[in-house]
Amino acid sequence: MTDCLAITNLSATLPDGQRLLRSVNVNVAPGEVRALVGESGAGKSMLSKAVLGVLPVSVKIVEGDIWLQGNDLGRLTAAKRRQAVAASIALIPQDPLTALNPSRRIGPQMTDRLVKILGWDQTRADERVRTLLDEVHIRDGERVLRAYPHELSGGMRQRVLIAAAFAAEPKLIIADEPTTALDVTVQKQILRLIAEMQRLHGTAILFVTHDLGVVAKISQNVTILYGGMVVEEGAVDQLFANPQHPYTRALLAATPRYTDPEASLLPVDQSVLSDLAKAVETADRDWMSSHGG
Amino acid sequence: MADNLFTISGLKLSLPDMTRKPVFGAAPQIEILKGIDFQVPRNAVTGIVGESGSGKSTLGRAMVRLLEPTEGTIVFDGLDLTHLGENELRPHRRNLQMIFQDPMSSLNPRRTIASIIAAPLRQYGLTDNIDGRVKEALDRVGLPQSFAKRYRHEISGGQRQRVGIARALALSPSFVLADEIVSGLDVSTQAQILTLLERLCRELGLTIAFISHDLSVVRRLCEQVIVMHNGTIIEKGSTKAVFDNPQQPYTRSLIDAIPLPEPDPLWLAPDAS
Amino acid sequence: MADIRRRYKKPNLRLWLAGGWIALALAAALLAPWIAPHDPLTQDLLYGRLPPFWIEGAEPGFWLGTDSLGRDLLSRLIHGARIAFMVAFAAAIAACLVGSTLGLVAGYFGGWADRIISRIVDIWMSFPPVLFAILLIAVLGTGLHSVIIAIAVIDWTRFCRVIRAEAMVQARMDYVESAHIAGFGRVKTMIDEVLPNVLPSIIALLSLEMGIAIIVEAILSFVNLSVATDDPTWGGIIAEGRLSIHQAWWVLVFPLVALFLTVLSFSQLGEGLKQRFDPVLR
Repeated sequence: MTDCLAITNLSATLPDGQRLLRSVNVNVAPGEVRALVGESGAGKSMLSKAVLGVLPVSVKIVEGDIWLQGNDLGRLTAAKRRQAVAASIALIPQDPLTALNPSRRIGPQMTDRLVKILGWDQTRADERVRTLLDEVHIRDGERVLRAYPHELSGGMRQRVLIAAAFAAEPKLIIADEPTTALDVTVQKQILRLIAEMQRLHGTAILFVTHDLGVVAKISQNVTILYGGMVVEEGAVDQLFANPQHPYTRALLAATPRYTDPEASLLPVDQSVLSDLAKAVETADRDWMSSHGG
Repeated sequence: MADNLFTISGLKLSLPDMTRKPVFGAAPQIEILKGIDFQVPRNAVTGIVGESGSGKSTLGRAMVRLLEPTEGTIVFDGLDLTHLGENELRPHRRNLQMIFQDPMSSLNPRRTIASIIAAPLRQYGLTDNIDGRVKEALDRVGLPQSFAKRYRHEISGGQRQRVGIARALALSPSFVLADEIVSGLDVSTQAQILTLLERLCRELGLTIAFISHDLSVVRRLCEQVIVMHNGTIIEKGSTKAVFDNPQQPYTRSLIDAIPLPEPDPLWLAPDAS
Repeated sequence: MADIRRRYKKPNLRLWLAGGWIALALAAALLAPWIAPHDPLTQDLLYGRLPPFWIEGAEPGFWLGTDSLGRDLLSRLIHGARIAFMVAFAAAIAACLVGSTLGLVAGYFGGWADRIISRIVDIWMSFPPVLFAILLIAVLGTGLHSVIIAIAVIDWTRFCRVIRAEAMVQARMDYVESAHIAGFGRVKTMIDEVLPNVLPSIIALLSLEMGIAIIVEAILSFVNLSVATDDPTWGGIIAEGRLSIHQAWWVLVFPLVALFLTVLSFSQLGEGLKQRFDPVLR
C-alpha cells in the first residue's frame, strides 16, 4: 500500500548553506498515528512546514522529495501543490486562539475551507460541520457556531479546531503540539478526543510534540529528531521499552516520572550531546562533498 | 510557630478585570484569591500546584508583595507584610527573592550577566568585592566566569534560567519564590535545572515556594504541597500524604490526567467517568 | 540565530550613504562663511538668472547658477543649511526631551499619570499642526528661536505617543518585576531598566524628527514666517524659486533636492542607528 506521506532524503538549507533538515526520511502509513518528537531546534516544525509548503522564504528545499498519496509534491506547480495539500492534509494548530480569526464567528470560519477551497456548496458544508461538532461532543453546537472565538474556553476552541480538521475527511492530519498550551485535565480530554476521531475516520496523524508522555499515549510509531536529523524511529512500545540510541535513552532518563519520584533524574549527558554534534558535522561534511561544496 | 517562615491567613485578593472594562469608568474587580490559609515551613520546598486560572501565580506574587492583598494577613518571619508600602518593604525585599518563569523576559537585554547579578547586591550596599560575589554566584549555579560579560541573547535558555537562580540567591535570601521555572524549558534542560535546584536546597537549606502545574516535578522536589483550584486551596499537606492518598476528587483528576511516559492503550480509552 | 545576527552586522550601505550626506551637509553648514564661494546676499543684477555650470551661458564660479537677483545659489544653499541644521537639532532635541520624558512616565507608571498625559496628547494632536505653528509664531514673533519653539511645542506629541507605547511593553517584562524584587524603587527602575530599552526608539525618532523639523522650517519659510527674509533658508529659496520657475527652474530644484536628500538621510540614519543600538539585533 502506498504511504499516505513519504518524506525521502529531505534536506533544507538557509541561504548561507547551513542545513536545517539533514536528509530526513519519515513515512506515515494510512491510518497510522506517528509522533514526531524533538526538543527546540530539532527541526520538527520545519519538517511539518515543509510538508504543508509554508516554509519561510529564506529556507529552501535542496534535496529529497515529499510524496503525498503517491504524488511527488516537488513536481507539481505551486497552485497544483496547494490544491493537493488542501485536499488531503488538515492542520490542528498549537494555539487554538490565534488560529481563529477573533472578529469572525466560528460557523463561517469552519465552513470557509470546505466552501471556498474544496468547492462544497454551503448547505452541505453547514450540515457537515454540525455532524462534526456532534462527533467532538459539543452539545450546544448552534450556540458555538454563532460564537466569537473569545467567547469559548481554550478546550472548546481546540475541539472546534479538531472538528474543522476532520471536516473535509483529510487523509493526513498534522497536529502541531495541539495540547501544549492546555492544562493537563483538558489535555487528557483533547488527546482522548483526537484518538477517538482518528479511530472513527481512520485518518493518519503526524503528531508533532516535545512531550514523551503524550507520545507514549497517542502514537503507534515514533520518529525522534535532533538537529534536523532522524535519530531513532520505531514502534512506540519498543522504543519506550528498549530505546536504541543514547540520545533517546538520555531523554527518557531526563523526564521526571510521577510514579517514581525517588528515581534520580539524569540530565542529558554532555558526551551524548557532543557525539550528536559530531554526527551532525560528519553528516554535513559527507553531504557537502557528495554535492560538490 | 518558629519553624514556619510564612503564615498566611484568610488571604483574599481582587484585581480589576480588564476584559469586562466598560468604555468609560473603572473595570469591575474580580476575586482571584478567595480566602487562602497555609504555612510555609523553613528550609523546605513547598509546592503550589494548580491549573491555569487557579490563582497560584497571584498567590506567589502576593507573598513577595508584588501585589497587595485585599483582605487577610501575610506574616513573614514574625513581620506582618500585608499592607507595607514600597519604602517600608525595601529593607525586607532582600529576603523575599523570586525566580521567574520566562528567563528571557526576566533578564534585561541591555545589561550584562554580571550587571544583572550585581544589581540586587549594589542596591543593598554590598559593594565591597562585588566581582568576587558575582563570581561566587556564577560558580554556585555552574556557569563559567566567561559568562559575566555576555548578554542574555548570547546564552541558551537553560543558562538564562541559571542566571535567574544566581540573581535570586545572590543576597542569600531567607525565602525564594520559584514561579513555573522549568515549564518553558526542554526536557534535557529541565532536568539540569531541577538537579541544580535540588543540590542548592541540600547545600544551602533554602526555603522555596515552588509554583508548578507539573505534578511529576512537584512530587520529586517538594516536601509540602498545596493544591489550588479557582482561588481556593483544595487540599494541602505533606507531598507524600497528598499524592499517595489524595482525599479530594479534584486532586485525583489532576493525577489521573498526567500522561506517564509509558505506552498504555487503555489510558485514552473512553470510560464511564 | 547566529546567521540572522550576522546579516545585521554587515556594513550597511544605506546607513553609510545617509550618514555621509548628513556629514557633508553639516560640514557645509558649520564652515559656510569659509567655503561658500560668494556672499549669499550680494546682488548683482548683471549676473541674474545664470544657469548651472553644465548649461550654456553659465558663468565660471557660479556652480549652481544664480537667482533672479543675481545671488549665488550654491552659497545661499550652504548658508541655508546653517539654519536648517540649527532648527533640526534644537527643535528635535527639545521635542524629544519633553515628549520622551512624558511618554516614559505615562507608559511606565500607567494609571493617573497615563490618563492625564494621554488626554493632553489627544487634545494637542487635534490642532492642525501647521496652523498651530503659524498661530504660535504670530504670538511669539518671527525669528529663529520662535521657529524652534513652535516646532518643539507641536512635535513633542510624536515622541510621547511612541515612547509611551514602547514603555508600556517594556513595563510588562519580567525584568521590571525582578528590579522591584531586587529592591529598586519605581523611579530608579524606570531610569535604570526601562529607559535603556526604549533608547533605540528614541534615537530613531530623534533622527526622524530632525528631518521633519527641517521640512516644517521650510514650510514656515515658504509662507514667510521663519527667520528674517534676507537670511537665506531652504524654504525661502524655494518660495522665491517658485516665482521664477519658467525662467530659472534651478532656483526651485536645487533647494528641493537638498531638502529631500537631508530629510531622507535623517530617516534612514534613524532606522540604521536603531538597529546598531539594539543589542538583540546587533
